[in-house]
Amino acid sequence: MSTHARDKPAIQVVRPIALHTVVIVIGIFVLLPILYGVLGGFKNNQQLSTNPIGLPSPWVPSNYTDVLLSGDFWIQVWNSSFIALATTFITVGVSALAAFVFARFAFRGREFLFTVFAAGLMFPFAVAILPLFLLLRFFGLLNNPLGVILPQAAFGLSLTIIILRQFFRSIPGEIEEAATLDGCTPFGFFWRILLPMARPALATVSVLAIVGSWNNFFLPLVVFNDPGLWTLPVGVQQFQGQYSSDTARILAYVVLAMVPALAFYSVAERHLVGGLTTGSTKG
Amino acid sequence: MTIVLFILPALVLFMLLVLAPIALAAYSSFFKWNGFGLFPTNFIGLDNFTRLLEDEVFLGDLWRGLLLIIFSLVIQLPLALAIALLLNQKMRGRAFYRLLFFMPYVLSEVITAVLFTMILSPERGLANELLAFVGLESLESTFLSEPSTVMYSLMIVMTWKYFGFHMILYLAGRQSIPNELTEAAQIDGATPWRVFWHVTLPLLGPTIRITIFLSVIGTIQLFDLVYVLTGGGPVHASETMGVTMYEFGFKRFQVGYASAISVVMFLLSLVFAIGYQRFVMRRDTEGAITNMRAKR
Repeated sequence: MSTHARDKPAIQVVRPIALHTVVIVIGIFVLLPILYGVLGGFKNNQQLSTNPIGLPSPWVPSNYTDVLLSGDFWIQVWNSSFIALATTFITVGVSALAAFVFARFAFRGREFLFTVFAAGLMFPFAVAILPLFLLLRFFGLLNNPLGVILPQAAFGLSLTIIILRQFFRSIPGEIEEAATLDGCTPFGFFWRILLPMARPALATVSVLAIVGSWNNFFLPLVVFNDPGLWTLPVGVQQFQGQYSSDTARILAYVVLAMVPALAFYSVAERHLVGGLTTGSTKG
Repeated sequence: MTIVLFILPALVLFMLLVLAPIALAAYSSFFKWNGFGLFPTNFIGLDNFTRLLEDEVFLGDLWRGLLLIIFSLVIQLPLALAIALLLNQKMRGRAFYRLLFFMPYVLSEVITAVLFTMILSPERGLANELLAFVGLESLESTFLSEPSTVMYSLMIVMTWKYFGFHMILYLAGRQSIPNELTEAAQIDGATPWRVFWHVTLPLLGPTIRITIFLSVIGTIQLFDLVYVLTGGGPVHASETMGVTMYEFGFKRFQVGYASAISVVMFLLSLVFAIGYQRFVMRRDTEGAITNMRAKR
């Protein structure tokens, strides 16, 4: 189109306006629910009934301050953070070791083993959650952060190994030969050369693991009975059940629960999008 | 030696917490079991599965799953593709819109569901107010507590949450297509529609096939969003296999029966994944260009 645009000033004016209109309408569709939540949190319930759309008048900050001053919210933020970091640490550490072997060593059964791990992509929690719950109960891991961390790490292996193996393969064999000639052990090469070189890939898989753990709901829901262990998603859901008639307070809680995820997204957007689109364009 | 040591942690974790649970689910699906102890004892053969075939809620789950898949393929994915192609044009604020549209995907299903419970609530809800505001009072509804509208409401929430994810994949796919190809077609006099239909769309094939795959697998296992939004109700009108499984496994302690549901979910995913890889995605290895030529 652009090659002809010079001859058609009308189109040049109309098209961008139409384009912007469409995009802005979609933007409103995306933003409106969140805006409703943010503003609703500043209203009291009476205002919400009489004036659900407009600005709050007067602005009522107490819903937000109540949540922020209650210990529960911060405990849940801490639990979610701790579980996300521990999950990521284990997933990435264990996967990196395995991906290194899959990428750099030839041995019998390698492709078969790799296929087994890759097939794990098709088994999300929903399928395995019930027997997983029984196993965790047998091991005494219910009401224990490890009961969420270890299964999350196990279910994160597939994607992490696939991405890391792809990256490890792309590092030229000459580097490994040179390191070996200089007396480097396989672990030395892995630890001192491969991992530092793989920093971008490690960042990508870490971001994916953090987001996955942060948003996980099903597993912490069945593993944690003790409110002191609840993560944010479980906390939000339980809070809704507890204060079902206090809409404004729930909105404030939901909005505050969004903040960490959105803050993380604004920092790690590049890695997140990069990780999610890996491979999807190549098939 | 190194091989074993390096791979062992991953293998142990994977076998113990991914493969073993699936094997245990398969095993206990042949038993009547209330879930006490580690292993069931009351063997009943295929009874759980024959019961599933007569269970109207479960058959409804399958039907609703199919509806959601059709909705994704016919409305959600084309919409995401259209938006991706819009955002691929040169325009001011493009990076901002991309960031904004993808944002809902980062929020957890629970946050999304709780937020929309409020928005779709008959009193104090945003949705009805907006409909009244633009003069569409006739569309006002109780949305989530009305069996005839609950699935549409769910679809809208799913679109809000997931279209940005598919859009991002399409954008990445579109950006991997060299602009020379579309420009060449334009210079040859192709209309924008023909450029899209004969150049862009075939070259996006691999990405489209991946998004269809992710959409279908995701729908088969849908739980969080539905459970928090509606709990599967009213009267099972929005229930999914995941919710039914949760009800029987964790609320009614019919662990054998719930395991049978898990097994069906697993088999459906597996059969779909294998069939899809075999018949649909295999062509992607041949490369998109040859693919396009073969189609002509």
